[in-house]
Amino acid sequence: MSKKFSETREIRKLILCPQFVDIILAKEVAVKKKKDFVHPYIPNSVPAVKEKMLAEIGVKSISELYEDIPKNLRLKKALSLPKPKLSELELKRHVQMILNRNTSCEEFTSFLGGGCAHHYVPAICDEVTRRSEFLTAYAGEPYEDAGRFQVLFEYESLMAELLDFDVVNVPTYDWGQAASTAVRMAGRITKRKRVLVADTVSPDRLAVMKNYCHPVMDLIPVDHDSETGLLDTADLASKLTPATAAVYFENPSYLGFIETQGQKVADLAHAKGALLIVGVDPISLGVLKPPSQYGADIACGDIQGLGNHMYFGGAMGGFIASRDEEKFVLEYPSRLFGIATTSVEGEWGFGDVAYSRTSFDKREKGKEFVGTAAALHGIGAAVYLSLLGPQGMRDLGRHILQKTQYAIKKLAAIRRVRIRFRSAPFKEFVLDFTRTGKSVAKINRRLLRHGIFGGKDLTGEFPELGGCALYCITEMITKADIDNLAAALKDYLR
Amino acid sequence: MNIQKGSKLRNFHQAKWDEKVIFELSTPGERGILLPDLEPEVKAFAGDGLSSVPENMLRNDPPALPEIAQMRVLKHFLRLSQQNLGADLNIDIGQGTCTMKYNPKINEVLAASPKASALHPAQDESTVQGALEIMSSLDLFLRQISGLDRFTLQTSSGSHAIMVMASIVRKYHETRGEGSRRNEIITTIFSHPSDAAAAAVKGYKVVTVYHDETGLPDIEALKKAVSARTAALFITNPEDTGMFNPRIAEFTGIVHEAGGLCGYDQANANGILGITRAREAGFDMCFFNLHKTFGTPHGCGGPAAAALGVTRKLIDYLPVPLVEFDGKKYYLNWDLPHTIGKVRLFYGTFAAIVKAYAWIMSLGARGLEEVANIAVLNNNYLLKNIAAIKGATAPFKAGEHRIEQVRYSWEELYKQTGVTTHDIAYRMADFGFHLWSSHHPFIVPQPFTIEPTESYSKEELDEYLDGLRHVAEEAWNEPETVKTAPHRSVVHRIDESTFDDPEKWAITWRAYQKKHGKTSR
Repeated sequence: MSKKFSETREIRKLILCPQFVDIILAKEVAVKKKKDFVHPYIPNSVPAVKEKMLAEIGVKSISELYEDIPKNLRLKKALSLPKPKLSELELKRHVQMILNRNTSCEEFTSFLGGGCAHHYVPAICDEVTRRSEFLTAYAGEPYEDAGRFQVLFEYESLMAELLDFDVVNVPTYDWGQAASTAVRMAGRITKRKRVLVADTVSPDRLAVMKNYCHPVMDLIPVDHDSETGLLDTADLASKLTPATAAVYFENPSYLGFIETQGQKVADLAHAKGALLIVGVDPISLGVLKPPSQYGADIACGDIQGLGNHMYFGGAMGGFIASRDEEKFVLEYPSRLFGIATTSVEGEWGFGDVAYSRTSFDKREKGKEFVGTAAALHGIGAAVYLSLLGPQGMRDLGRHILQKTQYAIKKLAAIRRVRIRFRSAPFKEFVLDFTRTGKSVAKINRRLLRHGIFGGKDLTGEFPELGGCALYCITEMITKADIDNLAAALKDYLR
Repeated sequence: MNIQKGSKLRNFHQAKWDEKVIFELSTPGERGILLPDLEPEVKAFAGDGLSSVPENMLRNDPPALPEIAQMRVLKHFLRLSQQNLGADLNIDIGQGTCTMKYNPKINEVLAASPKASALHPAQDESTVQGALEIMSSLDLFLRQISGLDRFTLQTSSGSHAIMVMASIVRKYHETRGEGSRRNEIITTIFSHPSDAAAAAVKGYKVVTVYHDETGLPDIEALKKAVSARTAALFITNPEDTGMFNPRIAEFTGIVHEAGGLCGYDQANANGILGITRAREAGFDMCFFNLHKTFGTPHGCGGPAAAALGVTRKLIDYLPVPLVEFDGKKYYLNWDLPHTIGKVRLFYGTFAAIVKAYAWIMSLGARGLEEVANIAVLNNNYLLKNIAAIKGATAPFKAGEHRIEQVRYSWEELYKQTGVTTHDIAYRMADFGFHLWSSHHPFIVPQPFTIEPTESYSKEELDEYLDGLRHVAEEAWNEPETVKTAPHRSVVHRIDESTFDDPEKWAITWRAYQKKHGKTSR
């Protein structure tokens, strides 16, 4: 075992085996006696300053300030934590050493998607989102934090153009949360409880929705056509009742195909007084019709791909959008930043629209709840959409479509490998390996040797898709990457 | 502006670029960034790409995004950033309850590594061992800090963690056949609004316990509130008043006695790190906000991250997956018998997880205790000084010490001068400060909430105090200056009348154009 690896093992031992702790703590105590502890993050640890402040408060020691905490609740000994890396240099070495055990999508070629994908992040997105003024701000007023309000208003406005809707929220956690809230909004608007959900939606998102909706709303699956993947509208029609609050499907779907029956689904839903909610990948909207143009009442989705790094699936941001109707706007739980004028002519000011609907104002009488969510990812998306503009979004969508077509051609040509659905895809498609006799897990392990992260294994996610994988093609993938993948698969599946 | 001699106050003026809205910068044909050309073979096969899309799904009109060259995009957003104070520039102690502390830059450098930022959540586990190790270690650290037995990092914010606690409460009682009978969650009025709101999202009736004359939650009221319908208690301690409830173990005892669970909202943990823990106080669950207590930045309102811990009996109810270590390697465990399922996509706010891990590793056990000690020292130093400002008071338990923050009141000042806490906040902006009031409802009248944390030097606390003294002085002597503030910030008093009027509110630029004509400039 290398020295470096043994160091992190030590951390586990420390915490899990108290006998080790005492040794280390004894060491620490020895250090403590030798010199005072002044950490660079804690200026007032300087003994002279501390004394002066204590004197001004009128106490002898800091422990007197804790007089309200009863003795039986006070910790008797120090926490068992590893010895700190007090110097920045040691800290950097330590954390980098652990991170170096990862292999990133910059080192390997990634065909992974399924709600988080390796899209290009323009340098200016990072430049802006890493600015101290944005990164470290929180909840200032629209005066000293005017910039925050304006940039998030601009985020809403840019997304509104992409989605062709007049209202967009300040981002929530992720698409799962956005879809969950959209469903709850529909429940409040229609005063109904049942929501019909296409059974091709992402299992991860569906799991989030199920937990969030229970026990207030019921989610009922709607079948898909096994050849095309498209929503089974006959099944939908049979399940739509006067108790249906909404219909929800995703477009492009989790399984990659483009749903073409949007307007028909909208008409069926509306005829029963239900709303249509569509989850959408915003990166497709330079070339694909936004849900508002085929009858959706609410759109939702994720902004990770718009100028935000993947972060192991941790840099998501959910959007919700709708028409500018009072009955919709008043059901949003999120912040909605609006534009206004000020007491000085020509000045723009910004602030909260309909604040009294929120839980900040009304506690449990507000709409769901609001708190800190994913604002910085909204700023990343605002910069991204400003850089790409209409032509950039068009070019990007087209680029992805073309590469995806090419990938399908190359991969479908491999013996015993087939494309699972025959509907047109956008950036993802399902490859069926069942006839190869090899599991997706095994195939993906082999691809690692070629520096490739193969498509996401769908085995276990959908019973009928055992042996299938979801492949994702972004602008990061080159022709050579696709050719390499095809060659590696061909070689292995020969 | 007359700044008194000897005052630490700055002759400040905030950046004011008079910046347009981004759509006003558009020049048709300008480009911000280009994509690589397609390889000829790809083009030859796929043609224009668009023909593969069913015709009824092709977008005909391109989205009306602005067209702007790269440097101008950069300049626009940099100008907006300069019109934002940010904690790195501010003495950000006026945003009480939010624990605005230093966010170390080294942690930003570490998290920006592609070894963190360019990981896909579905990568083979063998290629993300470092990521899983950091998550697992953070879980272990937090077990120590709380005394509880297992943490999930999937919770995306404090409010979200409350919703997840309510989900676990529901599943727990449902599993025991008491799901429908136990339909109430008890909280206190000084706990965060989400302790009530996120419980209601899970279908619970919320019972709110008020405080007694000491400002602490009324134990008699709690005794009346509990019953066979009680599913749980969600409570903060210290509450936003900065007062520690010494009878907290009795509170959890009363609820347990009635068959309910106890969830601890530890948003205010900064003053008690290494001092007192959730376990000893009798809690079944607790959560920390990594973006508050553990030094990760607030990002203008997220990405946030919370870590939710539970005692042994509730581990099986946690969201999946959990990170496990089998002695050789880390892996994701999706198999928990009573799991509530998933509460966010993938595994958690990974950038914040890396930063929080680094923050704890930089401080260690002694450092964490010093964080708490100095945060409490700073708070009581401010309390002593603010209570001496004419017109300001610290309601409840006057003259006694508080933990890490105090909810003060300008009520006396307001009664005499008509100057509100909002007026004072806006005037503070003229000196480069932010001052926040309180969550609603305003139990403390004309409230302001200050939480100095461990990050600020005495010199900086004195500067902020001089700001409060100066503005209070102005309120007594020249109230109009305060009532019309800000004067030296980015913008002047905003006409808020449109924000509640459906005919006039404008949440997007296109809505503004529709309702108010093209522009007002």
